[in-house]
Amino acid sequence: MIHYIIRRLLYAFPLLIGINILTFMLFFIINSPNDMARMQLGQKHVTEQAIDNWKQQHGYNLPLLWNPTATAEKKLTDTIFYQKSVGLFLFRFGSSDNGRNISADIKERAWPSLAVALPTLCVGLLVDITFALLMVLFRQSYLDRVGTALCVVSMSISSLFYIIAGQFVISKLLRLVPISGYDDGLDAIKFLILPVLIGAFSGVGSGVRWYRTLFLEEVSKDYVRTARAKGLTEIQTLFRHVLKNAMIPILTGVVVVLPTLFMGSLITESFFSIPGLGSYTIDAINSQDFAIVRAMVFLGSVLYVIGLLLTDISYTLVDPRVRLS
Amino acid sequence: MQFGKVLLLSTVLLSACTASQLNNPYSEDEGTQSVLYQSFNERPKHLDPAVSYTSNEYAFIGQIYEPPFQYHYLKRPYQLVPLTASQMPDIRYLNQKGAALEKNAKDSDIAFTDYVITIQQGIRYQPHPALAKDANNRYQYHNLTATQIESLNTLNDFEHTGSRELIADDYAYQIKRLAHPKIQSPIAEIMKNYIIGFDDFSKQVSDKPKAAIKDIAMSGVEVISPYQYRVRIKGKYPQFIFWLAMPFFSPMPWEADVFYNQPGLAEKNISLDWFPIGTGAYLLSENNPNRRMVLLKNPLYHPETYPTEGEPDDQQKGLLVDAGKPLPFIDKVVFMLEKETIPYWTKFLQGYFDASGIASDSFDQAIQFTGNGGVALTPSMLEKGIKLQTTVETSIAYMGFNMLDATVGGNSEQARKLRLAISIAVDYDEYISIFMNGRGLPAQGFLPPGIYGYDDNNQSHNPYLYDWVDGKLQHKSIDIAKQLMVEAGYPNGIDPKTKEPLILYFDTGLPSIDDRPRSAWYRKQLEKLGIMLIIRATDYNRFQEKIRTGNAQIFTWGWNADYPDPENFFFLLYGGNGKVKYGGENAVNYQNPTFDRLFETMRNMDNSEQRYQIIQHMQDIIRHDAPMAFGFYPKRFSLFHSWYKNLKANSMANNELKYLRIDSATRTQKRQEWNKPIAWPLALGAVLFVLLLIPAINAYRRHIKEPLP
Repeated sequence: MIHYIIRRLLYAFPLLIGINILTFMLFFIINSPNDMARMQLGQKHVTEQAIDNWKQQHGYNLPLLWNPTATAEKKLTDTIFYQKSVGLFLFRFGSSDNGRNISADIKERAWPSLAVALPTLCVGLLVDITFALLMVLFRQSYLDRVGTALCVVSMSISSLFYIIAGQFVISKLLRLVPISGYDDGLDAIKFLILPVLIGAFSGVGSGVRWYRTLFLEEVSKDYVRTARAKGLTEIQTLFRHVLKNAMIPILTGVVVVLPTLFMGSLITESFFSIPGLGSYTIDAINSQDFAIVRAMVFLGSVLYVIGLLLTDISYTLVDPRVRLS
Repeated sequence: MQFGKVLLLSTVLLSACTASQLNNPYSEDEGTQSVLYQSFNERPKHLDPAVSYTSNEYAFIGQIYEPPFQYHYLKRPYQLVPLTASQMPDIRYLNQKGAALEKNAKDSDIAFTDYVITIQQGIRYQPHPALAKDANNRYQYHNLTATQIESLNTLNDFEHTGSRELIADDYAYQIKRLAHPKIQSPIAEIMKNYIIGFDDFSKQVSDKPKAAIKDIAMSGVEVISPYQYRVRIKGKYPQFIFWLAMPFFSPMPWEADVFYNQPGLAEKNISLDWFPIGTGAYLLSENNPNRRMVLLKNPLYHPETYPTEGEPDDQQKGLLVDAGKPLPFIDKVVFMLEKETIPYWTKFLQGYFDASGIASDSFDQAIQFTGNGGVALTPSMLEKGIKLQTTVETSIAYMGFNMLDATVGGNSEQARKLRLAISIAVDYDEYISIFMNGRGLPAQGFLPPGIYGYDDNNQSHNPYLYDWVDGKLQHKSIDIAKQLMVEAGYPNGIDPKTKEPLILYFDTGLPSIDDRPRSAWYRKQLEKLGIMLIIRATDYNRFQEKIRTGNAQIFTWGWNADYPDPENFFFLLYGGNGKVKYGGENAVNYQNPTFDRLFETMRNMDNSEQRYQIIQHMQDIIRHDAPMAFGFYPKRFSLFHSWYKNLKANSMANNELKYLRIDSATRTQKRQEWNKPIAWPLALGAVLFVLLLIPAINAYRRHIKEPLP
């Protein structure tokens, strides 16, 4: 398995280089270094000299990908792409275009993102699996049909609606929790209740439908009939056997997203004023801060690769038949 | 029994203090402090006064840094008064040889102007680790080791702080910082044209570290004594005094650069750009731009009192109740990051923000129009005791014509009439009503109210666009615009060359869906003349590039005053500032020799009747030439709670927090009244859920009794 993991990690390098090149090209097709300088220097009294100074200070005065005036390997290394990319692979993200240290910001903002995303995932998973099992338990009954219809309705509604409606009802009308904000330590709990509930609730429709399908596939298998035949109740069958055997697809969906929980949610963080990495990325895109955009895309890619690797490893844990080679 | 009583009492107290406001977003107890709660929707990029140049940054640094002069809080028109200076500057004119000239010397004779500024004695910096000294009088934190730096996360992690007196050197040092290329001050390029030796100094220090400038002299800046310094500028530039009231010219102790430039601190985000050091009424005690910023009253703030005089009706409005009392009134200001308008508005209504603007989606909830076209608060706002203050901002939004364009530009009579026809057709009264919720004043010229030269006679108007009929302004009929189109050679909007409707292009840098109705509205306005307006929407970068290269034809733009002088507006139309030819701020590339000559005369004049008449003449010229449809002056609507005192909108001042006062007792009472939680729907929901489960359980029981399929 060690060889497999090393091989997968080595595969990741060309993938990350490719993502980095793609991000770089997409960004600079839209924004030139001059545009970035203008964005940072503001609207008033911006002269060409000031733009040149800014580019010089931030290392954007070099050619993008190829430096024809340089010699030997410097044709490649004296470029914006090389200068800005090489540090990424050492997880040195450098400074944002307005001078803040990106690594320090990421360290600070990853925890609020995780504080929202992890409980949302856990609560969502618990609710989804519980309801899915209930619907399987009462399959073909009015509960199953009504539940399925409600799931479809719930899936059809934008998550933005859930956020606005949740804020309106829970915070504005009932005044039960703060409508937005964040705090450190245990004081954060009162701010997390609403986004976590809304996050979990908005995913119930698709989640329940997905798990219901998985469980229905399992309950039609022979081992379930055997379990029933030996006298187990329906609940015992579902929880002891069906749930266990449905773990592989559940893991596929869950483990892969675990590392990316750090990356936060763009909309939720923005609406609830949670100072996480989702809102960090959105702010960077709006302010054309290439240094942050590049760092966040790279970090997201690395975490996704790790997530996929963890999924593969987790298969071996839940299904002894699976061997990584 | 005793224990039971204590338990009961605790429960009652707990429910009174916390459970009564479950939605309270603030965790800390205010105690006896007077706390102001505000919001910010975008984290500031810079808090270094040499770099900062946006209003959201000035909201913070305006309270922390103190330039020598400030705007009087209450008086209008805007008037400068000393802040750290002991008096207004002594302005001396010099000839080419450096000899002193009379105050009324001819502009052509004045080669230099000296601004001699004397500052008050005894002003001290806020406590700061950069100024901390040990028992041997050596700076404690100017030589930090890597281990020390490793243990730091914020400025508050330094155990000791120090202070020292403000001296004239600090002002001179800051001017040198403006010139250092590594600081990248946005006004460096402007100041090169004025301050003697600024450019040479900039070149001299370009390869030197920021802190090295302390001992290098700039020829135009001289420290005369510990409390007096002199700035020498080229020629006569009366507007320089306004620059001296901006944060750019605040004092900076050299120790700050030495302290912050130690290797390793920037990696911890501990820099002058994030942790200011000033002499102002407040100091930044918590800087978390991702969540909240907290200002605390500067314990070393120098004596300053609330103004004792203002405008005639200020007394009646209660703005002079605190006259003569020491500033500031508020102990702590908490700024919370709030990006979305819905939570922001809700928190204001719940009493958790003390003041608010009005977003378009909450406008109808807050404002209603009265029969005579005025505005008033809705009953729900009045019930809460919320108050409204409206102010016309010192800004203008206009529709510009590129004067280099072959169709709409140029000085020909045909093009001028085409521009005038378009200006009449584009009905900004309607625009303000539809898109601004009435929050704007149709512009009759280029100068907004509050700027010297604005004609505040209510009959004053642009005679090319409006008529004064029955005691009110009336927009000219579209028939007049159509007649102008005929005279311009485009009868019914038909281009004689193509025999088709005249095609014009509207360039906009606002391509989002939300902005499409505005573009569509402009198209409809020109359709009235038979003109086909093609919308060219691009991203803002490309739009700016079109303006720079002169490839735009018709576009909308705006300007927000730096200072209350007409020069700060008319320079946008001065030929020497043409965007395409000179890379200046004249985006419409307007050039009129008469206007330029009047501008050159007017900009050097002190305010007087003669200057006023020149300004009116300049207004007449641009009304006639119509290089732009003047658009509107935006109106700011501010809402504030009954406990929020002394608010008077001031478009020029940035340091208004020290004048504000909060009635904390009223706020506490109102918050408790407005935020009682309602829990019964939750109980109802739980009961319904249980009721729903009963048939489900019955169904399950029936199900397990059935034989297996």
